[in-house]
Amino acid sequence: MVEQQAAVLSPEAMVEEFRKNGVTHVVTIPDSETNYLYELMQEQSWLDVVPASREGETFAIALGLIIGGQTPVCLIQNTGMMESGDSIRGMALDSGFPLVMVIGYRGWNRHGVITDSVARYTEPFLNAFRINYYLVEQDADSHRISVAFEEAKATKRPVAILVGDEYHGFNR
Amino acid sequence: MIQSSDVFRVFQEHRGDAIVIPTGTSGRHWREFTTNESRDLNLGGAMGHTTSAALGLALGLPNEKVVLFDSEGALLMNLGILATIAGKKPDNFCHILLDNECYATTGGQPVPNAQEINYAGVAKEAGYSSAYSFDDLEEFATNIEQIMQDTGPVFVSIKVIPEVENEPIGMRQRAPQRSRSETIRDLQGELGISAG
Repeated sequence: MVEQQAAVLSPEAMVEEFRKNGVTHVVTIPDSETNYLYELMQEQSWLDVVPASREGETFAIALGLIIGGQTPVCLIQNTGMMESGDSIRGMALDSGFPLVMVIGYRGWNRHGVITDSVARYTEPFLNAFRINYYLVEQDADSHRISVAFEEAKATKRPVAILVGDEYHGFNR
Repeated sequence: MIQSSDVFRVFQEHRGDAIVIPTGTSGRHWREFTTNESRDLNLGGAMGHTTSAALGLALGLPNEKVVLFDSEGALLMNLGILATIAGKKPDNFCHILLDNECYATTGGQPVPNAQEINYAGVAKEAGYSSAYSFDDLEEFATNIEQIMQDTGPVFVSIKVIPEVENEPIGMRQRAPQRSRSETIRDLQGELGISAG
């Protein structure tokens, strides 16, 4: 029998992408699936983790950080992204600054039937706001994170990373 | 209750080099008193999230004093931000709430529990370094110097007289003011920050 290494997205790959792209702050609400990523971010001396109380805060905190010359990312789940609609509009889209938003794609399933409604609405939500997005499911996809940073800088708009491996790679 | 214009008149004498973010119907009076517009910032709005943006600015510019003039209607939409601010402990952040007990811009309807809620108490228990409440101009004037020297995050709740607007929005008179992007550009220029 041939044993195959599962194709997963490791938290180390995400943090390395943040470092490569000059991220200074991660504004986030942790969820149960991303605890190891949270702990790994906390260990990085070059990275400041800003825990928020509600996802809508993250886009506004990010705007203030950007005005101050910093490079934040917003790290939240798709459920919270939907709750943040007006903040995304007023604080990210209307401000005209680049921002990468890393969105946990809860309910995403490449091979089966998607039963979680939040996964069904995630991409239509981003499309409604005309926010481009890249799906990242395993380490081999992680170069797309840099693509998102470059696109955000070039367009001065938010660009989303949909993390489609949330249930495995970020869990211990 | 205090006239919000009097709050700004007194505050201006102690502003120093602080970056000032005025918001809400009361906040417009700041333009009558400011003497350093390049350090005044319009952060726009998004259902109460100006408070969050002000926190981001304070974290992004740890060597600059940041003073936010918030309103209670906005704060109530996002009360959890008090815990977020207290958790990050920005020592350069002064959060002043102008509490007129109502949604002045929509006709003066009262905010929930308008007369009984203790915002300074909520902020203090959320973890702010210090919190003050004022309903008297002289008392505010006596304390503002100390407030501006306090280690942040500092919370100041001030009862102000509502300036209710009832005209249809399209008929309201507005003095010209700089747009958000203009105030951001001016502030970044003042601080030598290149635009993102």
